[in-house]
Amino acid sequence: MSTLQAQLPALQIVVPLLAAPLCSLLRRPALAWGLAAAVSGASFAVAAALAVAVSDGSEIAYLLGGWAAPWGIEYRIDALNALVLVIVTGASTVTLVHARLSVAREVRRERIGLFYTAWLLCLTGMLGMAITGDAFNVFVFLEISSLATYTLVALGPGREALLAAFRYLVLGSIGATFFLIGVGLLYMMTGTLNMADLAGRLGGVAHTRTVTAGIVFVILGLGLKAAVFPLHAWLPAAYACAPSSAASFLAGTATKVSVYVLARFLFDVFGVDLSFGRLDPGTFLVLLAIAGIVAGSAVAVFQDHVKRLLAWSSIAQIGYMVLGLGLGTAAGATASILHLFNHALMKVALFLAVGNLVYRTGSAALASLAGVGRNMPWTMGAFLMAAMSLVGVPLTAGFVSKWYLLRAALEEGLWPIAIVILISSLLAAIYLWRVIGVAFFERAGPDTVQAHAAEAPWTMVAPVVALAAANVWFGVETSFSTGFAALAGAALAGGGP
Amino acid sequence: MQHHTVLKVAAKLLLPFILLFALYVQFHGDFGPGGGFQAGVIFGAGIILYALVFGTGHARAVVPPGAVRAAAALGVLLYTGVGVASLLLGANFLDYGILAADPVAGQHLGILLVELGVGLTVTAVMILLFYAFAGVEGAETDRAVANRDGAERAAAERAVADRGGASRAGPDWTSTS
Repeated sequence: MSTLQAQLPALQIVVPLLAAPLCSLLRRPALAWGLAAAVSGASFAVAAALAVAVSDGSEIAYLLGGWAAPWGIEYRIDALNALVLVIVTGASTVTLVHARLSVAREVRRERIGLFYTAWLLCLTGMLGMAITGDAFNVFVFLEISSLATYTLVALGPGREALLAAFRYLVLGSIGATFFLIGVGLLYMMTGTLNMADLAGRLGGVAHTRTVTAGIVFVILGLGLKAAVFPLHAWLPAAYACAPSSAASFLAGTATKVSVYVLARFLFDVFGVDLSFGRLDPGTFLVLLAIAGIVAGSAVAVFQDHVKRLLAWSSIAQIGYMVLGLGLGTAAGATASILHLFNHALMKVALFLAVGNLVYRTGSAALASLAGVGRNMPWTMGAFLMAAMSLVGVPLTAGFVSKWYLLRAALEEGLWPIAIVILISSLLAAIYLWRVIGVAFFERAGPDTVQAHAAEAPWTMVAPVVALAAANVWFGVETSFSTGFAALAGAALAGGGP
Repeated sequence: MQHHTVLKVAAKLLLPFILLFALYVQFHGDFGPGGGFQAGVIFGAGIILYALVFGTGHARAVVPPGAVRAAAALGVLLYTGVGVASLLLGANFLDYGILAADPVAGQHLGILLVELGVGLTVTAVMILLFYAFAGVEGAETDRAVANRDGAERAAAERAVADRGGASRAGPDWTSTS
């Protein structure tokens, strides 16, 4: 068993990578789905085993191909990326349980095999971004996940999915290119691509303009991939047009992995001194985050399409995560990481609930949801729970992360942030109430689809209800989420990967 | 491309050499410049040249899209499979040293197989991309060809008629000089 334990970092990547080409050869949708779901479940088990192994604050290093670290590619797992691995594989597994029926309805039959292939590649890419300790390897996996994501979005129903995917492709490529230019500039000055090695050598050349430019390029590139305001333009259309299952998966994972890489670069590679001292991109990020929180929530209020509304809400929620990072303290990083986890819980639940509505009514427009609360009580009940978590009602996961963020901000004496959080929570209550109000308190016309909509099949309801329950569970019993986040936050702010 | 005899003959002459050169770049890659990616691009370009000169219909007959799709997946599987083989033998992922009794021979074997996987996938993806851009599968049906030929004939007749008309209606330059 010890050899298996030692090979877990490789298996985390290899299993989905091996399954993806196999999946593309499977003609029957049910087989492709079965393979994807099984592989995703296995990946979750591997991620959980890794998380257990690093839960005492230790680190795991894995040398790919047996080549020693600064030259070869090294995988490095600590509490922070172990948590990200759990989030990504968990979100993938839960959404895949939901996906079988939803995808069969929304994606053309002959393309379903390719859909799950792209899904597995996307999973591989995101896991790779999280697990690797090599700056260039991050770029490679970033491209794998991005290209797969464009495919997932483009497979959405309707012609506008193609346009959304194309816009995402253009902006995403710019983001990836910027990141690569930044890594190239850093490599030029240090001669290394290994993150830990890079961190050690950057101090000596930190005063050069090349390093400054490199840092700016890296932050801009990752900011674009993470949809940090005002680089978010690709996100609403991409999430609204993608198939419901893919949108749930991406909303729970895609931007978060980029936020994780941003945290890794800000704290570990550039170091606290550089990120929050001399150059201080931290303050800049705090200002952008506040703008994003307010603007994202405000625009969400005026959306008439529930997926689009949730996408705008995601832009605001990414603001919370970036805000925590921008503070540059252990408490801020902890709050940010905690929100990474909690936001995945609520956003995946909300998007999956919308997936159920689309499955039964064929539309996610606000107007077509009149009265579905009565006909689909489980789905909409779960939606209500997750929505309360998003607003930050006490005893839900959302409250815990907002509380930590508030404490981190007050610790720095930044009381205006408390007002921003309050305003954003109020706006969140307003835009979510628009959905809940229509679903529960309006009556559908007698001849409409939604008047006769039954509850979604149980394989689609169970994941939503489970996630809604998890929102409450992690709002009350927080030892896992806050424990991991505090461990990771302390390690980040303590310096050195 | 029906009348371009020179192109057709030249392409026929060049094709074996292009494909052979691709294989040379592939298998000589561990001693000289080259490797799977370059070889794959050259091999793919050979097939694409054939498709351009002789039509995608012929190319699809020689290199069926289904087989190409399978080859694309197979290449990745070969690459990952080598990594998994070294994993199963007790070394780290992609540590080829363990694949043979002698670590150097193991490295040699490993990189050869991995590059073969790369070459296979790159060739297949090049061809798939070309097929995707060259039109929907089976679009070049007999009727489409007939229509196209008909349209070309009509266009040619129109052109001849126009030329005739132009010479009649145009100013008579010779008389004004």
